[in-house]
Amino acid sequence: MTRRQLWLRFIVHLDRPLLLGIVLLLLTSLLVLYSADNASWGQPLNQMLNIVVALTCMWLIANLPLHYLMRTAVPIYLLGMALLIGVALFGEISHGARRWLNLGIATIQPSELMKIGVPLMMAWYFEKHEATLTMKNYIVATLLLVVPVGLIARQPDLGTAILISASGFYVLFLAGLSWRVIGGLFVAALISAPLLWSTLHDYQRLRILMLLDPSQDALGKGYHTIQATIAVGSGGLLGKGYLKGTQTHLDFLPERTTDFIFAVYSEEFGLLGNLILLSLYFFVIARGFVITANASTYFTRLMAGSITLTFATYAFVNMGMVSGILPVVGVPLPLMSYGGTSMLTLLLGFGMLMSIETHKKLIKT
Amino acid sequence: MNKHVELKNHQREIYYFRLRLAVSIGFVLALLAILLARFAYLQMVRHDHYQTLAESNRISVVPIVPNRGLILDRNGVVLAHNYSGYTLEITPSRTADLEATINDLSTLVEITPKDRKRFKKLLAERRNFETLVIRSRLSDEEVARFAAQQYRFPGVEIKARLFRDYPYGEKTAHLIGYVGRINQTDVAQLEENDLAANYRGSDYIGKTGLEQSYESELHGVTGVEQVEVDSGGRAVRRLSRAPPVSGNMLVLSIDAKLQEIAFQSFGNYRGALVAIDPNNGEVLAFVSKPGYDPSLFIDGIDTQSWDELNNSPDTPLNNRALRGQYPPGSTIKPFMALAGLHYGERAPGLTISDPGYFTLPGSSHQYRDWKKEGHGSVDMFKSIVVSCDTYYYGLATDLGIDRISSYLPRFGFGKKTGIDLEGETSGLLPSQEWKKKRYQQIWYPGDTVSVGIGQGYNLVTPMQLALATTTLANNGIGYKPHLVREVRSAHIDKNHAIGNELLPNLKIAPAHLDLVRRAMVAVTQPGGTAVQAAAGAPYHIAGKTGTAQVVGIKQGEKYIEDQVQERHRDHAWFIAFAPAEQPRIALAVLVENGGHGGSTAAPIARKVLDYYLLGKVPQPLPDVADKEGEEHD
Repeated sequence: MTRRQLWLRFIVHLDRPLLLGIVLLLLTSLLVLYSADNASWGQPLNQMLNIVVALTCMWLIANLPLHYLMRTAVPIYLLGMALLIGVALFGEISHGARRWLNLGIATIQPSELMKIGVPLMMAWYFEKHEATLTMKNYIVATLLLVVPVGLIARQPDLGTAILISASGFYVLFLAGLSWRVIGGLFVAALISAPLLWSTLHDYQRLRILMLLDPSQDALGKGYHTIQATIAVGSGGLLGKGYLKGTQTHLDFLPERTTDFIFAVYSEEFGLLGNLILLSLYFFVIARGFVITANASTYFTRLMAGSITLTFATYAFVNMGMVSGILPVVGVPLPLMSYGGTSMLTLLLGFGMLMSIETHKKLIKT
Repeated sequence: MNKHVELKNHQREIYYFRLRLAVSIGFVLALLAILLARFAYLQMVRHDHYQTLAESNRISVVPIVPNRGLILDRNGVVLAHNYSGYTLEITPSRTADLEATINDLSTLVEITPKDRKRFKKLLAERRNFETLVIRSRLSDEEVARFAAQQYRFPGVEIKARLFRDYPYGEKTAHLIGYVGRINQTDVAQLEENDLAANYRGSDYIGKTGLEQSYESELHGVTGVEQVEVDSGGRAVRRLSRAPPVSGNMLVLSIDAKLQEIAFQSFGNYRGALVAIDPNNGEVLAFVSKPGYDPSLFIDGIDTQSWDELNNSPDTPLNNRALRGQYPPGSTIKPFMALAGLHYGERAPGLTISDPGYFTLPGSSHQYRDWKKEGHGSVDMFKSIVVSCDTYYYGLATDLGIDRISSYLPRFGFGKKTGIDLEGETSGLLPSQEWKKKRYQQIWYPGDTVSVGIGQGYNLVTPMQLALATTTLANNGIGYKPHLVREVRSAHIDKNHAIGNELLPNLKIAPAHLDLVRRAMVAVTQPGGTAVQAAAGAPYHIAGKTGTAQVVGIKQGEKYIEDQVQERHRDHAWFIAFAPAEQPRIALAVLVENGGHGGSTAAPIARKVLDYYLLGKVPQPLPDVADKEGEEHD
């Protein structure tokens, strides 16, 4: 094999448009991270390491044939469930929430695993019963979703619970859940909202209340929202310029390398920068939809659609939260925020998308 | 068949799936549109608003406190200055556990319970992100000890600040006053006068004395520095700076050495002395004894020291020169004599016979002369020289209270002198209306009799008596007394001298003046009441002694000094100007419970005159309390 052949072999399962979008976003991420970390290389370098690890995993998954992918669904889901139960029983408490499980060698956050595990399991289940889908199947699929979400919500980790609910709902939606049921669920959600409110923790309620009027507690709970909104708003049309964001560099923005990195970006690059970033996200999402539309099997269609929509949701929820239209729920900006776990989860998802796209082609030819 | 259905289902399924996908794409586009709308709203519509917020977040206006102006005496001797020292300061917003931090600090630097109390008070009044002083005036050793451990104390730092210092301490305490920490009352006052902006960052304000009355000159103009701050309030870099303008320097008419000699001449006596240059109203010495240590008040006085000062029977906080009100005693006589001449009630040559007492027509009550057997035949000249009471009982009665109360204010009695200090009292010049108002009683002829010798209702301050003496010394042309001669600014062109403000010319007939002045010179000559004090002086002193009763003496009793409690003894007065022919200095001395003016007050005046006119510094001060000679008034 020539070197060129080897190279072709190496990249054959990488979807080039998708990869292009991802890499552009990752490069932007490093650029912003450097600024957010006060022009130091500390976090950008760590993030590069995270990216290398995550990209490698993506490449591995992309090379995984579809039937293997399907086969992982049940074990991953069961493992995830076991870990979630483990967390509920033995988890470590940090910041008042029981989210982490200490396995001796490392502490892990099982809810992260379920971001993939749940839609994977649901897609697998629908594929299994593709021929004879009845209401009963939708109910079972819903249970597959509700049980882990319930456990995660109890930790409590409302953000992740909502996002996993969303990705599960996307599977149900794409699997053809009737509009009437969706409408019914929507009404039911509206009715049960007050009930849900009563089960929320105080800090979760506060975050939602703060959204309505952040100035009520400007130095406490409302501080994040106020400072982030100021950062975005003061960025203006063209931004204050790279490394020149005053909110960022004078320490007014909290959590600016993680959940609030978008405020850093937005302050320094302005509305024009936001437009470019949204375009990049849309490019990745659009490519995801193309892959979904072209997917060959029921499982892959559901999976690809759910991954794409979930990605879009993450991006929306984070930017909505930073710009003050959604409550602060602790969702990182996909591919931008500092952090290894979410990076890994996201790129595993993209790996699946690539596998779905590239293995279909191989099947066709 | 089966296969057909399945195939059809599959196509329909694909169709439906694509439909759902289309809805999904619509959903995503909707989300993006929402975001875009939000960004456009924040970054275009509301940009100015958030821009302002971001700027106010980052820009902090830091006041730069100007240096307080110095206070010098007429010869350039420093009476109040600033020195830099170290303070230990805490920023509460950056300190997690204040109590623990202070406890830890107290192991390195001495922190007294008094410091803690003061800190708590500051904490209650603090503004945002302000640093508060926990200890001031650290020793070099303490600074070094803390510096080595500073890393353990986030939010605690050592700052160099300027402190006020008064080298003459208690000797000038009632004159210079002191600065103290700005309190709520001061803040309210500053806000009312629209000065609060200029005091941003200032810790001290003049509380009494010249520090108070010349506050607007001494303070200076606060500078402004715009700095960029981070979220912790720490300055990151300077954006702009408007330098402060130092406070103006006060050059006083006070002669520090004279002040010191005057103060020390009192020995253990309490009292007051005011010396004025009669040619321009410049105050040369301004003493109130006892004084107090003004530095106690600068950073807030502790309760114990306060109680000591406030409850002391010597009332060291009382500014006797400015606020002390005493019966003038016989020092009023020269002025009464002028009134008599003015209204034609007494001709200079008219003599009366003094049997040692005076009675009002139709009354048997005896108003006694200080000399039991009387002075014999007395004319106006002699009445002043020997301080004949009987003469003035009659004169006052003939003048009547109405004329007395309309004549004496010309010399400044009964009203404030207008000296450049705050809190002056106006003494008391009684009148019929006054008595009606005060006591709901009519004025009795007997009231007038006592007024004639400066007893009874009338009260004067040493300041007032000094001014009246000054006016007399300058032939009826008085000047408003003032302590500050010149205000010197950082900009030379803004220096300004304090003008000498002429009071209305009293237009006293030269013959009248001549008589009274000659008589006052004779007071210090053999036969006069203050002869010892003037003995050997190479210049002529015009003076008048006085005695102010502290407790009344019943009819038929005799005042025997030795048998009276020290604090019930009479106050001694002496007023004087010299050289009598061409006066350069006029003064009033009050010695509380000093007994006789001639023996206690006049010697103090002599030392002041000797220094001022001859440059003679008194030798180790003799005890002025020794009783001597003739028992004169």
